[in-house]
Amino acid sequence: MSERERDSDRPDPDALLAQVKAEEVRAARARLKIYFGASPGVGKTYTMLEAARRAVAEGIDVVVGIVETHGRSETAALVEGLSLLPRRVIDHRGVKLEELDVDAALARRPALILVDELAHSNAPGSRHVKRWQDVIDLLESGIDVWSTLNVQHVESLGDVIQQITGVKVRETVPDAVLERADELELVDLPPDELLERMNEGKVYVPDQIARATQNFFQRGNLLALRELALRRTAERVDVDVLAYRREHGIDTTWPTRERILVCVGPSPGSERLLRATKRMAEGLHAPWGAATVELSGAAPMGSKDADRLEAHLRLTEQLGGDVIRLRGARVADALLAYARDHNVTRIVAGKPTHARWRDRLRGSLLDDLIRGSGPIEVHVIAPTEAGPPRPAAQSLGEARGAWPYVWAITAIGVVTGLGMGVADYVTLADITMLYLIAIMVASLTGRGPSLVAASLAVAAFDFCFVPPRFTFAVSDVRHLLTFAVMFACGLVISTLTGRLRRAEQEAIQRERRTAALLAFTREVASAVDETEVAVVAARHLEDGLDAAAGVLVPDGDGGLMPAAGLMALAGQDETVARWAFEHRKTAGHGTETLPGARVLAIPLVDGEVAVGVIALQRRKDAPAFVAYQIHLLDALARQTTLALGRVRFATQAKDAALRARTEELRSSLLSAVSHDLRTPLAVITGAATSLRDDGDRLPPETRAELLDSIVDDARRLERVLANLLQLTRVETGMKPTREWVPAEELIGAALTRLEAAIGDRPVAVEVAPDLMMWIDPVLFEQVVINLLENALKHAAPPLTVRVVREGDRVAIEIADRGRGLPSPPVRLFEKFVRASTAPGVGLGLAVVRAIVVAHGGEVSAEDRPGGGAVFRAIIPAGGPITSISSPTHVEVRV
Amino acid sequence: MSTVVVIDDDPHVRRFLRATLTGHGHLVFEATSVAEGIAAISEHRPGIVLLDLGLPDGDGLAVLRAVRTDSKVPVIVLSARGQEGDKVAALDSGADDYLTKPFGTGELMARIRVALRHATEAGGEPSDDVIEVGPVRIDQPRHEVTVSGAVVHLTPIEFKILVALARQPGRVLTHRQLVRAVWGATSTEQSHTLRVHVAALRRKIEVNAARPRWLVTEAGVGYRMRDGSH
Repeated sequence: MSERERDSDRPDPDALLAQVKAEEVRAARARLKIYFGASPGVGKTYTMLEAARRAVAEGIDVVVGIVETHGRSETAALVEGLSLLPRRVIDHRGVKLEELDVDAALARRPALILVDELAHSNAPGSRHVKRWQDVIDLLESGIDVWSTLNVQHVESLGDVIQQITGVKVRETVPDAVLERADELELVDLPPDELLERMNEGKVYVPDQIARATQNFFQRGNLLALRELALRRTAERVDVDVLAYRREHGIDTTWPTRERILVCVGPSPGSERLLRATKRMAEGLHAPWGAATVELSGAAPMGSKDADRLEAHLRLTEQLGGDVIRLRGARVADALLAYARDHNVTRIVAGKPTHARWRDRLRGSLLDDLIRGSGPIEVHVIAPTEAGPPRPAAQSLGEARGAWPYVWAITAIGVVTGLGMGVADYVTLADITMLYLIAIMVASLTGRGPSLVAASLAVAAFDFCFVPPRFTFAVSDVRHLLTFAVMFACGLVISTLTGRLRRAEQEAIQRERRTAALLAFTREVASAVDETEVAVVAARHLEDGLDAAAGVLVPDGDGGLMPAAGLMALAGQDETVARWAFEHRKTAGHGTETLPGARVLAIPLVDGEVAVGVIALQRRKDAPAFVAYQIHLLDALARQTTLALGRVRFATQAKDAALRARTEELRSSLLSAVSHDLRTPLAVITGAATSLRDDGDRLPPETRAELLDSIVDDARRLERVLANLLQLTRVETGMKPTREWVPAEELIGAALTRLEAAIGDRPVAVEVAPDLMMWIDPVLFEQVVINLLENALKHAAPPLTVRVVREGDRVAIEIADRGRGLPSPPVRLFEKFVRASTAPGVGLGLAVVRAIVVAHGGEVSAEDRPGGGAVFRAIIPAGGPITSISSPTHVEVRV
Repeated sequence: MSTVVVIDDDPHVRRFLRATLTGHGHLVFEATSVAEGIAAISEHRPGIVLLDLGLPDGDGLAVLRAVRTDSKVPVIVLSARGQEGDKVAALDSGADDYLTKPFGTGELMARIRVALRHATEAGGEPSDDVIEVGPVRIDQPRHEVTVSGAVVHLTPIEFKILVALARQPGRVLTHRQLVRAVWGATSTEQSHTLRVHVAALRRKIEVNAARPRWLVTEAGVGYRMRDGSH
């Protein structure tokens, strides 16, 4: 055996990986087991309860979520002794309905819960519309579920069942749920036995079937249903076998991957197309999708059509297909382009239901599809029933009221009058021209007025001008041609105008959408935090969708908090938003989950993570969203998601930088504290203990010296602490409390505080007497003190303090005659940088810088001509002094 | 010699104050909280109160307000630097003076002396016709001010400011207290107006206005006339 051959026997690594992943997921997730039957009465609930009792005996924590015994004693006996979950009682218009209490089940957290009748529809006001959605919630929170289901409730079999039994089944379960089941157990009972049990009254018949009992429970039906159930189970086994083969490297028989595309529209027949496609896809084990094509230039769909189309697309999702929205000038071209791009192997389309002439005029979708399909197979399927005829596109004239008709009638009247006046001088052909002009004008306003105008024109022309005049008789066949031309003219012009106008409206709409998006993108780009993003998003959503909008973001504790929006979310609305956030699925108004809610909640999902929720609340009478609004909502949601993601990253980066800086500060602080705070403490402790212990034996000079060093080092400690405190305050964002302060007072106060330190060393002060500064007096006093202390510590006198106004700024300069700035240069104004060996932590100048910067100014230091250094702090002068009264003014008032 | 009530929750501060004050011949009672402080004052009727603003069961201002309802006992507030707002609030609520921690014994005793003197003088004289602080001599009836014997000419505002400060030498007056003393209780004058007048006044009575000896600034709080006798 060659190397290559052996290779091909090995399982494909990718397939193995997929298998491992699937197993992991299965191990982590809860298991769903469905007891599957052909019809009511086969004993699904009974079988399930028996199994549950065995599970209890094995020590599994089983809870009966909801089980209907339908008053049958054998079933009731089985429930006996099992742990029952209290049911939720819902009061619906006076009727008390009992439902599965999902919240209680989630709180109780059993290992396994029994939920009968998977296809059941919940009472209005429940968490979900359908019970199977409750079951999904339970599974997602890790609880195993056993349930029961009849074959007639399987979504994709709906129309087959209807064909067999004549009963339209409304309570359906999506096929995806069935596929989600880890185990499908067929509960089988031969039809004869079932009928026998029915006759004995042992079978409970649900209401909706009771009405059609005679039809439903016929032997032939039961046989067919049983076959369906068996086949469905067999298909399931097939899948399991396939998985087994893949797992064990057995060559599969599916070498090429099929991909199916079905073309749907608003026509009711589309539903059957979808189900048929689903079945075909299942048989082929192929992925499938449903495409809808929006025609550019076509009239907008009526709201009923739009609703039906959306319903079809939702059905697609429930059946496990992808929804594909396409745009194009021609349906066939758009479909084929998509199909070729995505390796679609089969296209499913419906049989045409319209008259043949329409195809002749407009071209046939099927023809185009088949001609253009190349290697792609095209399947044509007949809808079960001819749907109601598509309502004619609303003519634009109708939409705009009666005025265009009045104009049309008036125009024909005027032309007729004019014609009467000149009839004796011109030929009939000229009068025809006049009528044509009137028809053309009327046609501009729409098809209705154009037809009215053409009819009136023909009638008036015939009656008033065509000989014999003043009768409707026509003597010459030629005139019939004239009539036809008038009609044709009206039709052509109105059609063209209509198309033009629609194209224009569409362009306007698209332009508006693009502009809205552009404005949004631009605004959101400058948003710096989640709240700003949310505010911008909420405003644009409200503008674009004509609904109250809010944006919620995670609050950091696993909850949600409203970040923006006019809407105050209360109670149920918040539940909706939370559900959408946690399950990363759209919920609320008009959806399958919590449809009774006032709001529609759309999760903002970035990769795998939900970063927020958009909540929309529409007016009660608002029509369904039209296509462009859906696009806009989609685009806005995506942009908001991106913006939130960006802001989050930025925040994280900023936090990290801040943490790093804090960390750096902390470590330098630690080293500074360990040295510069301990040294004076050591001095104080030493001096004080020696005074206490040996005070009597020490000579008076030594005692005085020790006392001095205690006092000095205590002061030193206080200075270090004061600087640290000041620095922390300013750096943690304390805003200066600014006032107008005379520069002279500022310098005077600082010099007073330093009186002792300065002693009799000369300090020259040069301050203009009337110079006022816009500063925080307490903070800025510290600036002057620290600069002076720095000079006193490091430099030689004489010191000069100058305050001067330089344009719109004020500079404080402290100059000395010392050795000048250290060489090589050090970053004097950085924390913990010391210029010399003089004692101190090197915080003084850092405090100076921090305070000056907080005042919007800057600091600098340079060597001074003639020796020494000069330290400068420059701050903005602060504009004109407001509301200050001059001394003379005050004098007058006294 | 007088009775001092010390209200501070820190035992070390109390120990230091007790030692120092007892050493200077005062009788010291201690309290550690707002409630204890109020009780101690009403029980011992002290001549002076030292009050820490940060107490465990509330703000020291609470003590101040309770005491001021029926007593004029001088209260000196102890506070830390950086709490200028608290100091001003305490002074405006009736505290007589403040000391910034850490402080030395000399400073403490000087403040106590000033406060006690004002307390004994209180109720007396605005009728003091002539006030002398250091080289400054104010003849109130004649509106005449001399510095080291030389007559200086003050505007009425400057005169009022000087009188307000000099009447209680050594004691700090907040901006608001000064504005009220000069322009009346309902005045809305802003503190920068006051600063301009004080600056002008300084230029007239100080040798070097940029290094004042007598009329000193308490940054963020107010002004103080130094005590000439000190």
